Amino acid sequence: MPFSEIRELGISERIKKILNIILGNKILILQGRLKSEEEIRLIEDTMALVDHVKDFRGVELAVIDSFNKEEAGMFLKMKQNMAKALIGDTSALTIIGPASIVKEIKKNPKKIELMLNK
Amino acid sequence: MVIKIFKNFGKRFFSNWFKRKKHVKIGFYGPPNAGKTSLANKICKDWTGEEIGKVSKIPHETRNVQFKEKVEIKYKNKVMTFKLVDTPGIATKIDYEDFIKFGVKKKVAQKRAKEATQGVIESIKWLEDMEAVVVVLDASKSPYSQVNITIIGNLLARKIPVLIVANKIDLKRANTKRVEAAFPEYDVVGVSAKFGKNIEEFYESLLRKK
Repeated sequence: MPFSEIRELGISERIKKILNIILGNKILILQGRLKSEEEIRLIEDTMALVDHVKDFRGVELAVIDSFNKEEAGMFLKMKQNMAKALIGDTSALTIIGPASIVKEIKKNPKKIELMLNK
Repeated sequence: MVIKIFKNFGKRFFSNWFKRKKHVKIGFYGPPNAGKTSLANKICKDWTGEEIGKVSKIPHETRNVQFKEKVEIKYKNKVMTFKLVDTPGIATKIDYEDFIKFGVKKKVAQKRAKEATQGVIESIKWLEDMEAVVVVLDASKSPYSQVNITIIGNLLARKIPVLIVANKIDLKRANTKRVEAAFPEYDVVGVSAKFGKNIEEFYESLLRKK
């Protein structure tokens, strides 16, 4: 999903749209990343759904940054930060999947592994 | 220069902020089964003689926020009084079948799962009330889980001082350096809350530069 699809939405609408996709048993790959307050709200709303939706166990979530922050040059970082301020952080990818399908997302600084349930 | 300032923000903010306070409401946050209650128990035992809550191998043992008022910690002529707030572990998924694997009966497991989801929501609600937070991570597990990053990112956004504890250093697979590498802008203390290993260094970090 391109970030443009949620750019104009408020926090509640963004999370609702994301969780609707997840409840449809789909894995969402979002261009960009949510703000930290949106991520925590996603966890909060996910837990409320686990409590109320039969057979829904929650989500697996991971964010992949497109460049190594430690190795990137000063100029590149400044450019990235300016872009983030203007249009949001679209340099990352966010993967969100229902826990019934995605067993685990293993992540370290160099790679990411998506383990699916049988 | 800008990067250096940002990198040291967490460390400086924690210690500078503590210089100005005598009584601090401090929360214990982290993923389930990282040892938040074990650490809170160790602190409470050391300074009040009483524990704060029950611990278990089964995840989500703490399903309600629990407190200990007026815990006075003294270390190297420095004294500070804390209200300790031990919170349920924050998770993105809760499956009652995971509890059954520990020998819990289905109905009990389902009840535990329901309480655990409410516990996560309660933990998040309490975030805004915290004056400082100790993030407790299991040093034997990968620190790069999104839950850890989300908790710490949220605390940074709220400008709440953070101290990271890499717990369970008594385990063979524990790796404090890996936690430090994941969060280089924060103070990280490796401890074993269960055996009290390195707990003096934890107290020193907590009260440092006061």
